[in-house]
Amino acid sequence: MSGFLRSSWFSSSFKVLQAAVLAVVVCFSMGATDASARFVDLGHRLMCTCGCSQLLGECNHVGCPESGRERKELSDAIAAGQSDQQILDWFAAKYGATVLAAPSGKGFNVVAWVAPFAVFAAALVGTILLVRRWSGTKLIKAQAAAATEAAIADPAERERLERIRRETGADGGF
Amino acid sequence: MATFGSLSLLIALALAVYNLFFGAVALRLMATGQASRVAPDRLASSARRAGIAGFLAISCAAFALVWAAFTNNFSIAYILAHSNRALPVAYKFAALWSGQEGSLLLWGWLLAAFSFVLRLRHKTDVRLYAYAGTIMAGIQVFFLAVLNFAVRPFALYLGPPVDDGNGLNPLLQYPEMVIHPPMLYLGYVGFAVPFAFALAALMMRYPGEKWIKITRTWTLVTWLFLTCGIFLGMHWAYAVLGWGGYWGWDPVENASFMPWLTGTAFLHSVMMQEKKGMMKSWNMWLIFSTFMLTLLGTLLTRAGLVSSVHAFAQSSIGTWFTVFMILVAAVFLFVYILNRSHLKGEHTVDSLVSRESSFLFNNLILLTACFVVLWGTLFPILSEFVQGSKVTVGAPFYNRVAVPIGLFLLFLMGVCPLLPWRATSIKSIKRNFIVPTAAFWVAVIVAVLSGLSVYSAGKFDVGGLYAVLAIGAAAAAFTAVASEYVRGAGVIARQAKKNLAAAGWMLIRRNTRRYGGFMVHTGVALVFIGLAGSAFTKTAEQELALHGTMTIGPYRIECAGFTQDSNDNYQSEYAQLNVWKGSQMQFQMFPEKRVYLVSQQPQTMVAIHSTIGWDLYVVYEGTNPDTGQPIIKAILNPLVSWIWGGLGVMVLGTLIALTPSLKPNAARAAAPATEGANR
Repeated sequence: MSGFLRSSWFSSSFKVLQAAVLAVVVCFSMGATDASARFVDLGHRLMCTCGCSQLLGECNHVGCPESGRERKELSDAIAAGQSDQQILDWFAAKYGATVLAAPSGKGFNVVAWVAPFAVFAAALVGTILLVRRWSGTKLIKAQAAAATEAAIADPAERERLERIRRETGADGGF
Repeated sequence: MATFGSLSLLIALALAVYNLFFGAVALRLMATGQASRVAPDRLASSARRAGIAGFLAISCAAFALVWAAFTNNFSIAYILAHSNRALPVAYKFAALWSGQEGSLLLWGWLLAAFSFVLRLRHKTDVRLYAYAGTIMAGIQVFFLAVLNFAVRPFALYLGPPVDDGNGLNPLLQYPEMVIHPPMLYLGYVGFAVPFAFALAALMMRYPGEKWIKITRTWTLVTWLFLTCGIFLGMHWAYAVLGWGGYWGWDPVENASFMPWLTGTAFLHSVMMQEKKGMMKSWNMWLIFSTFMLTLLGTLLTRAGLVSSVHAFAQSSIGTWFTVFMILVAAVFLFVYILNRSHLKGEHTVDSLVSRESSFLFNNLILLTACFVVLWGTLFPILSEFVQGSKVTVGAPFYNRVAVPIGLFLLFLMGVCPLLPWRATSIKSIKRNFIVPTAAFWVAVIVAVLSGLSVYSAGKFDVGGLYAVLAIGAAAAAFTAVASEYVRGAGVIARQAKKNLAAAGWMLIRRNTRRYGGFMVHTGVALVFIGLAGSAFTKTAEQELALHGTMTIGPYRIECAGFTQDSNDNYQSEYAQLNVWKGSQMQFQMFPEKRVYLVSQQPQTMVAIHSTIGWDLYVVYEGTNPDTGQPIIKAILNPLVSWIWGGLGVMVLGTLIALTPSLKPNAARAAAPATEGANR
């Protein structure tokens, strides 16, 4: 495995992938903003406060008493030249934190954002370590090699493996 | 009828208790070999028969409630609250699951039905089935106790006599609501069966992996029901809620998605146990988690712990579910600790780049996704506990956190089938991955050239980037599966001298599980392409005078008229819209707004025109009170039909995977000399 990771093919492929991803991100990161885009964007970062549990930008339920007013407040704030953060803060101050469609990046709410990635990273490292542990010891490898040799030497076992291969597909089944 | 229903439920509870108690006693006697007045096998048999009779009893109760709805028996409070005389017949049937009491009765009935089938098939392995049946009886006792003492479906209405009921929630008066909840419940309840078998196998230290083979069909069928239930729910939300989307990361949706994720992980990881003897403990925990998540989902949405856009039935059953979940966890932990030595596996992996590792990473991603959904669903409660105030965890959170994980899953879905068991070589990787990698880039380039942009109104849109990447990854996954399939079919075609189609069919029949699984992967890739389309939605809203027009995408929408109609159930206003493309009229649409007479609740009825490229989705938002003219909202939703098509492919793939493969001898007879086909 380590040989594979050190191979020139893997190394050059990895560099090409890095460059491609970087190019895509840089190219796509260049852009401008305008009022209508900000309205759509902010409308999807705020909730309708009538209790319908829908995003402000998507609330359309018949006779909603809140979304019309909120939308007007949003467009007025954008027209007044307020920044995104100022607008979100204003809405949160007026309607409470639940008007924000996602937790803010402040205080305890940071935990909401960090925890998933922390869990993912921990699980990823754990899985890699587990696989290395299961595959890493020379003893296990030696035993596996010996077992494979023995199996191949035994015609009955060879026939069994061949049968499994035939029955289950290309590499031993899905 | 109320008395009949209540009595049936009481009898069902008594039979379930009998089944649980005497089943447990019989198993204990069998295990210890103690002498008793009644032979243990006779005791176990009578417990099993009590379970079968219990199914009949709860069936009577379910029938009684449906009959009460059909006969407008408003003396029953539940029928009064959820039905009325003018309600169409199909929706009267659906009234069974439109409220808390009815939906729990449906749950209990489905659980009894699963248990009934299980008990009928007991000869497959009498002891294992006796254990599993007793565990199922334990679960039944809980649900029947809730139905008898906490949420009674047959409680009488004690007020003054009424002539008509309150009617069904307008949101539920839609054809899919007749099949969506039963499908979802079949999925929820069905996971009790593999859990019961897993716990049974652990309790009796069942040798070998036979219990996995026995439960494979149960698990797959359950997974299929849950998948269909989730997608039907998505389609219902799309067609009824009128906001143009199909998934809002609502707690009710999340509640169904979490067991689907762990159930999918279980379906994959049991293959490791079957083929390599690995992950025995892990699989126990996975199926336990899946079952617990079905209960947690019910607790979250039915007990009102989190607010939901479509939690139609809430009450104070939280304590019941909490206690039951603690009890289930305690029993599982006790049995696990007692018998964990039985679960020692043969943990050897030859390489980080192998099929075995890919299964581990697949599980890692699915469980991380499950954690993200659970975390997002529970964080408002945690926030209230820590900060004293709730926060909202909505779509923006999941889009940022869950979408990258979904893309990684899609990537793995393409990679995994290409990796061999044990280890691989660089040459093999090059050979297997070159076509999918090329497909990825071709799809990305085609998507961008087709007008899918990562800019939204001049601003960089990360959603657009994710969407383009998803289309590329889906194309790669699809190509990976297709190349494997075509390679195998090609070998059979050459050696058996068949055409490629016949050879392909033979290949599938020889290993339905492998190629059914591949087809499911293809369906998931199609679904991802459909989901990616949501990043490029266009919206227009306009007040339309008679013969006034509005434009969206390639379409020009003309208002040809607006009118009113009524029947016994509702009054409606609707617009007649002519949709033009260039100078040719293409089709007509009739978006509608209804007001249901009994409940006086308004409801939009969306008009949708689907093509393979996009859906034109039109909402009648009502009339402007000043001008009296209709306000029309039009949404152009790209690629939505790919989602429903993807579901069809997933269903087909699962059905193929459920079909037994040709036996080796039959396969050889049908296709002689095809040894190299699967090489």
